[in-house]
Amino acid sequence: MNNESMNNEQIRVRVKFFAAPREAIGTGEIEQVVPAGTTVGDLIGLLTEEYPILRAYTRFISVAVNRAYVGMQTKLHDGDEVACLPPVGGG
Amino acid sequence: MKLFEITTEDISVDEVVARLANPAIGAVVTFVGVVRGETDGREVHYLEYEAYPEMAEETLRQIGDETRACWKTIREVAIIHRVGRLQVGETAVVIALSAAHRREVFDALHYAIDRLKEIVPLWKKEVWTDGAEWRSEG
Repeated sequence: MNNESMNNEQIRVRVKFFAAPREAIGTGEIEQVVPAGTTVGDLIGLLTEEYPILRAYTRFISVAVNRAYVGMQTKLHDGDEVACLPPVGGG
Repeated sequence: MKLFEITTEDISVDEVVARLANPAIGAVVTFVGVVRGETDGREVHYLEYEAYPEMAEETLRQIGDETRACWKTIREVAIIHRVGRLQVGETAVVIALSAAHRREVFDALHYAIDRLKEIVPLWKKEVWTDGAEWRSEG
């Protein structure tokens, strides 16, 4: 595989939304195709371009990949389940 | 029997305690969280709880593991949280800890409920007669 085709490689991730941001964008789950090497932080940036209303929440959002909390630098992989988690409040 | 569960059904405290039954235990301590009828002076109509169920059950199990690692006297932990629409007075969460003796069980229980509010992906929407808002601990 040459450099160019590597750079063009795309991955597909599922993104889940909950509570206030879910209501704001009107859906609990979307599929997103992004370039390989995309980080969680990059994805949040792309999502806020697509759904500007998310800007109101991104400052407070934690992210889980495949059901574990991760940092914004985490690289995404094909088939990952990414969850945007607003501040939790069970009990 | 599941010790860590997100459910849409009514929670019975007795039934949760029964999940810990074991002849080796001499004490069970429980926390029961119920829907309060007012917050900040406003009358609550009902609460709507939402979870990321798969991750919530995993983080509840993590809290059970942490609790037993910190307090060696704790034998078992069960945490059941309800989601969906809950009316005032209904049970939202039951946490039950078992131990051979009563010493330290209260500290361990306190830890478990604090951790639940901190890391478990659960959200609560308060619905009043004149509006609604998602509430978090923060």
